[in-house]
Amino acid sequence: MKFGTRILHTGNEIEQTTGAVSIPVFHASTFKQNKVDEFGPYEYARSGNPTRDALEAIIAKLEGGAGGFAFSSGMAAISSVLLLFSPGDHIVVCEDVYGGTYRVLTGLFNRLGMEVTFVDFTDPAKIKAALRRNTKAVYAETPSNPLLKITDLRAVSAIAKENGLLSMVDNTFLTPYLQRPIELGIDIVIHSATKYLGGHSDLLAGLVVAADKQTAGRINYIQSSFGAVLGPQDCWLLMRGIKTLKARMDMHQNGARKLAEWLSQCPEVKEVYFPGLPDHPGKKIHDSQADGPGGIVSFRMQSEEMTKRLLENVKLSALAVSLGAVESIISYPVTMSHAGMHPDHRARTGVTGELIRLSVGLEDPGDLIEDLAAAISK
Amino acid sequence: MKGWCIWILQKSKSLGTADKLSFLKTSTKAVQLGVGQDPTGALSIPIYQTATFCHPCFGESTGYDYSRSGNPTRRILETGIARLDGGAGGFAYASGMAALTNLLLLFKQGDHLIVTEDLYGGTFRLLDKIFSQYGLAATFVDTSDSELVALAIKDETKAILLETPTNPLLKVADIGKISAMAREKGLLTIVDNTFMTPYLQRPLSMGADLVVYSATKFLAGHNDVVAGLIVAKSEELAERIYFLQNSVGAVLGPQDSWLVIRGMKTLGVRLDRQTENAQTIAGWLAGHKAVRRVFYPGLETHPGHLLLKEQARGFGAVVSFELLDKSAAEQILNKVKLISFAESLGGVETLITFPAYQTHADIDPLERERLGINDRLLRLSVGIEDVDDLLADLEQALIGEEVYV
Repeated sequence: MKFGTRILHTGNEIEQTTGAVSIPVFHASTFKQNKVDEFGPYEYARSGNPTRDALEAIIAKLEGGAGGFAFSSGMAAISSVLLLFSPGDHIVVCEDVYGGTYRVLTGLFNRLGMEVTFVDFTDPAKIKAALRRNTKAVYAETPSNPLLKITDLRAVSAIAKENGLLSMVDNTFLTPYLQRPIELGIDIVIHSATKYLGGHSDLLAGLVVAADKQTAGRINYIQSSFGAVLGPQDCWLLMRGIKTLKARMDMHQNGARKLAEWLSQCPEVKEVYFPGLPDHPGKKIHDSQADGPGGIVSFRMQSEEMTKRLLENVKLSALAVSLGAVESIISYPVTMSHAGMHPDHRARTGVTGELIRLSVGLEDPGDLIEDLAAAISK
Repeated sequence: MKGWCIWILQKSKSLGTADKLSFLKTSTKAVQLGVGQDPTGALSIPIYQTATFCHPCFGESTGYDYSRSGNPTRRILETGIARLDGGAGGFAYASGMAALTNLLLLFKQGDHLIVTEDLYGGTFRLLDKIFSQYGLAATFVDTSDSELVALAIKDETKAILLETPTNPLLKVADIGKISAMAREKGLLTIVDNTFMTPYLQRPLSMGADLVVYSATKFLAGHNDVVAGLIVAKSEELAERIYFLQNSVGAVLGPQDSWLVIRGMKTLGVRLDRQTENAQTIAGWLAGHKAVRRVFYPGLETHPGHLLLKEQARGFGAVVSFELLDKSAAEQILNKVKLISFAESLGGVETLITFPAYQTHADIDPLERERLGINDRLLRLSVGIEDVDDLLADLEQALIGEEVYV
């Protein structure tokens, strides 16, 4: 079955008791038991809810994993996965990781005794060099946020397997439609489902998929104990969003490619970051592990002043945090998505005042180009 | 664009206005949640089902950027619960356990907590299985005895976490006395106020620093939402909690925030009725031959009766009772018709729970037995049905048991 069919026919799209073709929103916090020694499939909604179950089964199936888990935000998903580790454990993380992930690692999990090293994941040798005796996991984002750097996921998985580590990938930018890390040997896939999976800027959600049953069991325990679960209404909205994932992604990519090509011709633009461009340094690896470049284009203007002028004058793209929505969203990583990062770390990884990140929406690419051209020349 | 920008900015300012309602009674404040807060005049506040917020222009924000950091629907609930409890800041989470986890993240490796021994099984599991591996130690003591709390204080102790009345044995801790002692030693006092709600008990006014709720229970009150809340008394603590809420992101969604707000509007009437029903049922159970003991602080024989009468304005709606034998407990669970056999409590419908097998299954069996959470103990969460119907249901479920006495 092709992906476009699979997202609509996962085996969890129909509610069995009534035949409803949309899974009902089960608002119940608790479930009646019939017999004292014979509990039903559901007891308490934190531990399991039929609406959330349907969503969790769908994402597990799309990613090809043994178990899926839904959380109240992408950060709740990431924090829950990080609770797999103990004090004294060390993890190696890609240096241009999402600012919120950086913040939780350096502002919170460090207090619980967890150690972290940030390295450039485009070079597997650097990942290897960062490993220590107490290293327990490697954590990648590819393409990375906001510079769209590419990590070789097969190489990451091989390093993890050789050294007995868990490999984790934040797959938010591509979704399982374009990249399925578990097929490449990765153990845990994480999503901010707020982005492309939800796709409409109308919900916050996080998803986790574990490749094997044992890891799934451990995450299930954390999800139920910590309780950062996704509410039923948001689960339902997310399932609704996933139904149009392929149709949306196809258009996002098409628009992003046109914008990236146009930006590359602009004299005011110094550099364009998009894995679909022929000269992108990670293109070959990206093409070998993903089915498309995704819908995010980052670019660096010639000066900070030009950058601010563009952001002040752009009309069609909403100036906002977040990405992956039907509406184009333009953002300024240095003060928005990556504000939680230490300034030195930002400077080292190239998240500077000239950088803009554009999440290309479903508007006509011609209109978006016209809008950007007008804002640049103002 | 400009007009829209000004409108949004004015609106966000109006949401942050000083508390004009501080003189009102708790039930009135609860009813008024969100009223007059929306610029359209909508009496029921809108569900802001949005992930992100457009910036009116570069370098300016409406006060809302991203829903994890702040959402207008969630904020009505957060400022509302802070107002009801008399705190500087309120925070809403995806579940009661998510709220507790956020609280525990205030502490670091090597810190020590003193915790009520017969507390909710989920909190026990979190401390015993998850936070213990991060080097956060806990001593579980009978907090109904303030002396025992004092004796458990060590150099590394950072906080006292109280559940009062406790779950499921309804033991009562002296919030004023313990928090005074805690303040003297520089410790935080945290109270899980789930069983009472601010309508019946306001721990911050008695000296506690933080209050935590499973809002799934009495606050929301309809068994239709899973949610947690925290209220911090001081600005400083509120800021630290906000950092954790935003970083970890275990926030409550807008639809669920709205449902909790909707539930809280009837908090006073629900609790009045529930408490009245609970008192009647507790008295009835106390006189039943198949029942060995009844745990309800509204009964004068309950050891915490006088203390709770002093520190709360009602005894709540949870009644636990111990039967003479296990078979009687099982018979009730299998035979109740009107009352649902289900985990959870605090809703309008009456629920009955088997703590040893449900809410407290994670506690070691020997420890459970020592605490009195045995296989003869049942917990009733009394709803707002007519009490005669509830008594009739319990009576028919107990029929046949008296012959063994």
